Amino acid sequence: MSALGRPRVALHEGDDRGAGASLRRISAVVLRHAYILRGSWPRLFELMYWPLLQMVLWGFVTLYLLQISSVIASAAGILVTGVLLWEILFRGQLGFSISFLEEVWSRNLGNLAVSPLRPWEFLASLMVMSLVRTLLGVLPAALLAIWFYEASVFALGLPLVGFFVALIVMSWALGMGVCALILRVGLGAESIAWLVVFILAPVSAVYYPVSVLPEWLQQVSWCLPTAAVFEGMRAILLDGTFRPDLLLRAFLLDALYLAIGAGLFLYSYHVARRRGLLLQIGE
Amino acid sequence: MSDAAQPLQVEGLTKRFGDFTAVDAVSFSVASGETLGLLGGNGAGKTTTISMLLGLLLPTAGTIRMLGEDMIAHRYRVLGRINFSSPYVAMPRRLTVGENLRIFARLYGMPDARQRLAELREQLDLDALWKRPTGRLSAGQQTRVSLAKALLNDPEVLLLDEPTASLDPDTADWLRTWLERWQRARGAAILLASHNMAEVERLCGRVLMMKAGKVVDQGPPAELIRRYGRDTLEEVFLDIARAKAEAA
Repeated sequence: MSALGRPRVALHEGDDRGAGASLRRISAVVLRHAYILRGSWPRLFELMYWPLLQMVLWGFVTLYLLQISSVIASAAGILVTGVLLWEILFRGQLGFSISFLEEVWSRNLGNLAVSPLRPWEFLASLMVMSLVRTLLGVLPAALLAIWFYEASVFALGLPLVGFFVALIVMSWALGMGVCALILRVGLGAESIAWLVVFILAPVSAVYYPVSVLPEWLQQVSWCLPTAAVFEGMRAILLDGTFRPDLLLRAFLLDALYLAIGAGLFLYSYHVARRRGLLLQIGE
Repeated sequence: MSDAAQPLQVEGLTKRFGDFTAVDAVSFSVASGETLGLLGGNGAGKTTTISMLLGLLLPTAGTIRMLGEDMIAHRYRVLGRINFSSPYVAMPRRLTVGENLRIFARLYGMPDARQRLAELREQLDLDALWKRPTGRLSAGQQTRVSLAKALLNDPEVLLLDEPTASLDPDTADWLRTWLERWQRARGAAILLASHNMAEVERLCGRVLMMKAGKVVDQGPPAELIRRYGRDTLEEVFLDIARAKAEAA
């Protein structure tokens, strides 16, 4: 029978609610971004370029410092590992925000907003894309570090999984904050997506311990999960000890920031619906 | 009349932006199988009204019942059963037509997406466009793709905002014919916002004339033409628009 004479199309399982329906909608948005990545080698190249470049630069710095620093000599991979963990935070946040911006740039946000896709499902799909983009960017750099400098981030062992989770969750919280800002003020705020992580860099203790910071800044630093992750990394690489207390602290702070990020995004989405910004945001 | 017979019922719909009232206490309903035209000049409140019906914009006051549900409180219960097409949104330009439609088929939870896509591909003559990036299509081709997206879930309520804007007369006529046939077969309720008087006259059984956010008149096109003592709906439209200018 032709489309013009066909009976009504039923939704999956007669309803569009439930976990299965949510997963299907999330996978639809992920598929959209997978098509974009698959069809654009410059995008794939850009994902890998900066992590590789950072790793090469810091690898040579490490080779130099090995000759003059006993600290570096005792844990040769500490700088390269710090770089790679930092890239997880940076690439994760950028992957989240860019995936959102792709919808804004293509004026597709209106189509998504009137589809059955719930806002939390949209956020979940952005998290999946953030994870994919991060792995595509950081894994080649991590493998190259082993090949070039014999410095393996995987030497952290099982805690690496915990560090990765703590950093990627924080990157999602930051991404949600960035997207909330873009929803409120429009594309004028898109450059924040590239800048926001660097505000945290000085107090995240990536390349130096928190104790180096002034007293008042140390208080700020310990309010971030990133400081706990990088202190935990140093504890393993320098002292050979795993600090579960630091990882737990990172997870608890992550939960707090994720709740704040999601709250900001959902509130901005509500305000955008009140002010009619969803159709105008890409213009 | 029952919710099934009147899938779209709007009562006292109002939207204010600060001191500016974009839509002022608009009420109407659309029956199954009916096409209601929303006519008005720029800034009359047509797009704002459609945005509220879709849930893209929260009303300041009023109620919207769509397919028996309160659209403001429970929009996700009906979003899978309605659809829309508007020049204010687009599909990702770099994706091919086929990729875009596959994604939306999944978003709308089509149980047999492949078959539905094949039908639309044939019906809307999308075969030659299927593997082309959506952003490289002409305005007419993009309108066909946009319509295919709007019809993917075989909606019970279809909202169309300027569906033939920027189309050449031949393509616009083809689209109107297609919509007429589709609605006859489907029995859907259609709300059509347009500047094109000939289009509204041809497709709509009833018309709401909007001006400055208010419904200033309504009725079947022939009745409006007779009441205003004119020959065409366009002349009625001009009468209403010029009344504004004279009042100013």
